[in-house]
Amino acid sequence: MKLRNLGKIAAGILIFVVLITFLFWYGQGKSFLQPALSLDTPAIAQLKELRCVEDTVFMRTNHMKLLVTWRNGTVREGNRLYTATDGRIFETKLSGTCLKCHSNKQQFCDRCHNYVGAKPNCFSCHIIPAEVRK
Amino acid sequence: MTPSRRDFLKIAGISTLSLVAPAILSPVWAKDKLTIPGGAPLTAKRWGMAIDASKCPVGCVDCITACHGEHNVPDIGNPKDEVKWIWQEKFSSVFPHESHTYLRESQAQLKLPVMCNQCANPPCVRVCPTQSTFQRQDGIVMMDYHRCIGCRLCMAACPYGARSMNYRNPQPFIAKTNPDFPTRTKGVVEKCNFCDERLVRGLKPACVAACTKNALVFGDMENPRSEIRLLIEKRFNLRRRASLGTQPQIYYIV
Repeated sequence: MKLRNLGKIAAGILIFVVLITFLFWYGQGKSFLQPALSLDTPAIAQLKELRCVEDTVFMRTNHMKLLVTWRNGTVREGNRLYTATDGRIFETKLSGTCLKCHSNKQQFCDRCHNYVGAKPNCFSCHIIPAEVRK
Repeated sequence: MTPSRRDFLKIAGISTLSLVAPAILSPVWAKDKLTIPGGAPLTAKRWGMAIDASKCPVGCVDCITACHGEHNVPDIGNPKDEVKWIWQEKFSSVFPHESHTYLRESQAQLKLPVMCNQCANPPCVRVCPTQSTFQRQDGIVMMDYHRCIGCRLCMAACPYGARSMNYRNPQPFIAKTNPDFPTRTKGVVEKCNFCDERLVRGLKPACVAACTKNALVFGDMENPRSEIRLLIEKRFNLRRRASLGTQPQIYYIV
């Protein structure tokens, strides 16, 4: 087979490769402003030890998995209490437990979620308390 | 080196102590334990309800108000989009096969509270393609709204019309939102959940608690000494369309 359009094919492949690798080279070397999360709520100020349900590193990477486990356990198995690794026990409620401390949803949840463009649909049903919504 | 008999017994004793000690000397944080506010959870082998509608005063909707307020059921005000967990129907609608032209007038005029029958053999569970509707060990037919795709097969399967579809976003139609219970969203089906969220707090269902005339009796059908079993053994009762084989667990005393 004779490649008569070799130039066009090569150009096409080049454009394809550039586009497909765009995500890997575009952000290189640039610095982005990380979202600053606020822990400034009355409930958190009263805590003796600054610790979420689990430790911060775990919560940062796994809060979604924890919430899914809570959700399935509560609805499908009826387990409404969660024992953390340090022995403390929490009620598995999104509005009642999570938002009780993190009553600044806009300065806490939303900042990161908007930054990474993750839009969970938790709050299309679960109620955001009036003091959190404002 | 082989340990002597004395050393072996010492090690065995210390090992046993170390196993028992944590239970006796419980750590400080263990005292910080949380229980769900309210009494001990109510449990049963199979939950059921008996309804004596002859006790219902004319025009009383206490059970409906309590349930719909507690569960954030919207009042859309349009029968086509209506969402309902518990509502009232005429005797001839509730028991079409048992009613006839010469029914006693008080019976014909009677408005009976109707809701999900929490069937022991629920057709909605069988047809649900996502297992969003499922049956718990205690007989409650529950909905996992997270998994509902809004296909409405359950609505077609339910012979009692106990399921409602959210054809539109229900939130603007909730007069006063109860923060302790989630709302639903557009595109999911909903129904009575026998107040599973109250049972776990040791409370009876909202409709039963709201009824001042004791027309609704809630209890364990598998316990022969429970109030509900004694009641339905004493008084004649009907179940809605029992011939369909769904084994409904709402018993109407007539």
